[in-house]
Amino acid sequence: MNKTVRVTLAALLCVGAVACQKKQDVKQPVQPPVQTTVDNSGANTNGKYQPSDLDTDACLRQRVVYFDFDKNEVKPEFQQIIACHAKYLQDRPSSAISLEGNTDERGTREYNLGLGERRGNAVSSALQAAGGSAGQLNVVSYGKEKPTCREHNDDCWSKNRRVEIVYTAK
Amino acid sequence: MMRRRAPLPVARGGSDLGHTRPSGRVNISQPFPPFQVAMNQPMRRTISRLAILVSLVAAFVAGPAAAQTLNVEIANGLKTATPIAVVPFAQEGGAPLPTDVADVIRADFNRSGKFRSLDKADIVEAPSKGADIKFATWRLLKQDYLTIGRIIDAGGGMIRVEYELWDVNRQQSLLAQQFTAPAGDLRGVAHQIADQIYEKITGVRGAFWTRIAYITAVGVGNNTAYSLIVADSDGFNPQVVARSRESLLSPAWSPDGTKLAYVSFESGNSAVYVQNIGTGSRSLIASHPKGINSAPAWSPDGTKLAVSLSYVGNPEIFIIDVASRTETRVTNNFAIDTEPTFTPDGQSLIFTSDRSGKPQLYQTSISGGNATRLTFQGGFNASPSVSYDGKQIAMVQGNGNVYRIAIMDRSLGNQVRFVSPGNVDDSPSFAPNASMLLYAASQGTRGVLYAVSADGLVRQRLVLSDGDVREPSWGPYRQR
Repeated sequence: MNKTVRVTLAALLCVGAVACQKKQDVKQPVQPPVQTTVDNSGANTNGKYQPSDLDTDACLRQRVVYFDFDKNEVKPEFQQIIACHAKYLQDRPSSAISLEGNTDERGTREYNLGLGERRGNAVSSALQAAGGSAGQLNVVSYGKEKPTCREHNDDCWSKNRRVEIVYTAK
Repeated sequence: MMRRRAPLPVARGGSDLGHTRPSGRVNISQPFPPFQVAMNQPMRRTISRLAILVSLVAAFVAGPAAAQTLNVEIANGLKTATPIAVVPFAQEGGAPLPTDVADVIRADFNRSGKFRSLDKADIVEAPSKGADIKFATWRLLKQDYLTIGRIIDAGGGMIRVEYELWDVNRQQSLLAQQFTAPAGDLRGVAHQIADQIYEKITGVRGAFWTRIAYITAVGVGNNTAYSLIVADSDGFNPQVVARSRESLLSPAWSPDGTKLAYVSFESGNSAVYVQNIGTGSRSLIASHPKGINSAPAWSPDGTKLAVSLSYVGNPEIFIIDVASRTETRVTNNFAIDTEPTFTPDGQSLIFTSDRSGKPQLYQTSISGGNATRLTFQGGFNASPSVSYDGKQIAMVQGNGNVYRIAIMDRSLGNQVRFVSPGNVDDSPSFAPNASMLLYAASQGTRGVLYAVSADGLVRQRLVLSDGDVREPSWGPYRQR
């Protein structure tokens, strides 16, 4: 199918379904360094996070943790992200996160479901170690079912080996 | 419908596997038979795009309407295969028929790797009865066997197909049979004729009259539509069994061929369903809110499903009684244990586990206990499919970034041979007679399916003309 047909198709589907306002996460495979772990400028109560911070705070806006090939250790550069999301969970006890584990395309679909879950569990453990509670965390593995990139190369694979932090309650 | 561009290329040994040189090609446009015959290529492409557009819109607005288009290509041919001529069947009266029976039989033979059928264009005589055969002609054409037949209008929309199989060198009749069927089921009749001839000559039951299941993904990103499709073994007659806006995977045929178990993410998490293909009725078999519910495989008696569940903390193999839903845990290990498959005697499970570090195949009793490691060659072995006699195990074997389909022969000291070229091949599934396998491969950014002979020498591609095709599963023999 060429692009024109795809666009037409997308447009048709939008008109038909009246539901195209899905989340548009901007995902960056290489995370820029976070300057301030906790941004107090918008906070109105004792430096505690508010739901609005999810859209404005430089740290909280980062919601993807990337992994090395065949690894499920959370790398040091993601500790700041873990820390701010754990703080949010602490500050907002009614909030909840779904951790969506993903893998690259190498290996079978079923085995990759297991690998994605391992990565989700690793982020869940890290968030709990940093102060989040288990009751606020749910892990879902999609394995290699939801790639963000579909080329067969290292660059693409590194973008797909990830856990997405999705707030299901703010 | 068959248009040969070049003689079948020859492939000997595994070294040629990497080269795909299409020769024969059949275009199938099931939903639009009126356009099928007279159209040129670009026009057909436009129509099939329209077909997909229409079917997608229909899927989300109206409901049914299955429009799938499959291309069938023969990637490698084999000169050492047995030569057989299938003469176009004579038609005695009645309206023109939708199916050329001889074409279907010829394509079945070519795909098997065991036979090489004479090109339709090289068939210079058209006997329809044994008495009309001039054996010298077929000897000159170097044919070992000759199939002839006739189609008779049996009234009431029924067709009678009579055929004969002859040994050209001995001038001897080997088979003379007939089928009576609705005109719409001529492809089914042709596959059954191919099965009988295959069995008569090779001694092995034919598996052409079988069905396959696979998953298609059409569209991009969050607008992807997933379908579970059932089709004939040659890819014709595709029918949508289930649709989802979320991923579907791992279809598994019940031993009687009436049901499919599969995994759907439609609830947001993986869950195992069983669906009756005839009635469409569906039941939820495993849906623990926490963790993975996946990898269903039927027991040989059809009463149980082995699955991989991770609500206990990490993926473990369980056996679920389909009627009572009782779960029995089989494995207990901190590793990923998944992709179980029953051995033909129903007493063991072969599954994938990374308990030794990397995924390898293991075998354990259905009652649990120690597991025996089966694979030692290659850094990655997963997704086992076991042949009907338990002697061969097909798997995905990964070495570095290359994943190929390999077959381990347990009767030959666990020798392993590759039957696919890679690089991201997945999901091997044996035909019920183990003469061929289906597997998923990647072409560019989309998935395609291949059928390959068990010796790896003949491959045929089944391609959905748009979208991603994956997760093939070869169904059991059908009941006559």
